Amino acid sequence: MTHVLAAGTNTDVIARETLFWILAVLAVGAALAMILVRRAVHCAMMLAVVMLCLATMYAMLGAPFLAFVQIIVYTGAVLMLFLFVLMLIGISSADSIVETIKGQRMAAGLAAVGLFVILILGIGHAAIGPASRPTAANGTDNLSGLARLIFTTYVFPFEVTGALLITAAVGAMVLAHRERTSPKPTQRDLAARRLASGHLAPDPSPGVYALHDAADRPALLPDGSTSELSVSATLSPRDPNEVPTPVRPEIETEPVTAASGEREAIPGRAES
Amino acid sequence: MSPIHYVALSVLLFVIGGVGVLVRRNAIVIFMCIELMLNACNLAFVAFANMHANLDGQVIAFFVMVVAAAEVVVGLAILMAIYRARRSASVDDANLLKY
Repeated sequence: MTHVLAAGTNTDVIARETLFWILAVLAVGAALAMILVRRAVHCAMMLAVVMLCLATMYAMLGAPFLAFVQIIVYTGAVLMLFLFVLMLIGISSADSIVETIKGQRMAAGLAAVGLFVILILGIGHAAIGPASRPTAANGTDNLSGLARLIFTTYVFPFEVTGALLITAAVGAMVLAHRERTSPKPTQRDLAARRLASGHLAPDPSPGVYALHDAADRPALLPDGSTSELSVSATLSPRDPNEVPTPVRPEIETEPVTAASGEREAIPGRAES
Repeated sequence: MSPIHYVALSVLLFVIGGVGVLVRRNAIVIFMCIELMLNACNLAFVAFANMHANLDGQVIAFFVMVVAAAEVVVGLAILMAIYRARRSASVDDANLLKY
């Protein structure tokens, strides 16, 4: 793939230019969307798009190893780590759009424009030559060339990088570790706590089949009221008195109301 | 395709990442913007490596990726610790050192 892209014929040049502009527009658009969307998960998805665009560009620039490392390490590992932490912290937390420092966005925009102008001027003054002819180091021999460099010239930074990774892993473990400040409750403690709470039985199950096929519906109590205890707190209960649309419209079922709940006696219990 | 296009694109991505760091409040999003800036630097490294027809720039980009991975691990662990203590991932809420 790489040596095809790096070849110098005219059609290949046109193809590479076209691909570059498509990828550039895609990457810049995704990056802009990343700082504009409010939800952190959408930010992560946009970042994935940017990273995949950059991986393709690495392949076009004669760096197939980096292209795959970009996909595997960045898009695969780092971004998944981000998503894991997002799930832990709370996926629904949208970013607040309130400006806490007055005029901060305007100042940030001005600073960004200034930085852009300075950097572009620096690039304009630098002597950036044309792309080199594809060589063996840039083309098919990329992997072995990189390996030779890493294990000869850059072997000391490579070892230091290993030390850094181990330090980072240990540091993350220490930071994420939570020391238990109270002894673990035993079964006896749990039983005593339950007795003290005055609510011996487990929480009632939700009214799954009473009105709807849904677990976010509270159970009907014998007096016709609903029990909020029966719905998990993570499910936000809708209006319990809302008239449901029938799940199976072909079967005419009489809706369970407070009156019918009181009227119906359980036959087995009546006999005994 | 001249390398200057790639470098200009990398500058643009870097600036966008910087704006994200300045304006966003969620600490995780700020981390993602820092990752975007590191990626932009990597693109410039690879473009220059292509221009000079040697592999040193690619090796540096490789090292940047490794260091970025380590940075993300420690940063997200710090974020988890802060979230446990303050129940918020917003950078405005971690203000104990504020005068």
